[in-house]
Amino acid sequence: MYYLWVFLIGGLICMLGQVLIIKTNITSARILVTFVMIGVALEAFGLFDYISEFARAGINVPIIGFGASLAKGAIAGAQSKGIIGAFTGGLEATAGGIAAAVGFAFLFGLIFKAKTKK
Amino acid sequence: MESKKRNQAYNQYVQARIPKTKPWPSLFNSFWVGGLICILGQGINDLLLLWVPNMAQQTAWGYTLIILIFLASFLTGIGVYDKIGKFAGGGSIVPITGFSNSISSAALEFKNEGIIYGLCVKMFTIAGPVIVCGVVASIVVGIVYLFI
Repeated sequence: MYYLWVFLIGGLICMLGQVLIIKTNITSARILVTFVMIGVALEAFGLFDYISEFARAGINVPIIGFGASLAKGAIAGAQSKGIIGAFTGGLEATAGGIAAAVGFAFLFGLIFKAKTKK
Repeated sequence: MESKKRNQAYNQYVQARIPKTKPWPSLFNSFWVGGLICILGQGINDLLLLWVPNMAQQTAWGYTLIILIFLASFLTGIGVYDKIGKFAGGGSIVPITGFSNSISSAALEFKNEGIIYGLCVKMFTIAGPVIVCGVVASIVVGIVYLFI
């Protein structure tokens, strides 16, 4: 039952974020940046694939996975196309996610009204 | 001198005013909500692979993340995600859905300042630093890998 691993590891990563919030009162932007950097580091040292093998969505759904695919794209680009690949690879690998987030935000931003805080 | 004293007083005021979150319940909530979002992702991924068996795992993740981003963006639009966020804290920020929420909620909030200067510009108040730091780090990693 790998769903248990997915739940445990995904939950633990999110709890780590909550620990950071409680301990240091950091904003959500800093949390996201921190976790993206963790993802880039894990991929750069080649650890991400080992964790991903048994954690699956547990590590791919948290923003760590986003950082890892940035780094993975850049590494693959650098190895296949040289220096230009190091620049294009990262965004190429994550283009789907960024474009989806921007596109849907634009669409729903136009459709819905901001909820006034009660 | 004067401003230093004023800053100190202000910091004390802020310290007294920021909402105190109870540590233990919020840790528990962030754990199970975060875990559940990951399970949802795994479920979408497995359904996709069941539906199109010869899809590459990397492509399946791409679709999974886009679906999760869509859901989070929609839930932000109808005002549900903010409630989840208040309840779960880190559990709603750390998954990719939190990234999507940070863009959508900023877009909604600043819409009244205009489409271009409000919605389009302020969309990236939180996501901007994430993309900048991630891209810069990935370029560095890519260049390092050229030499090893």
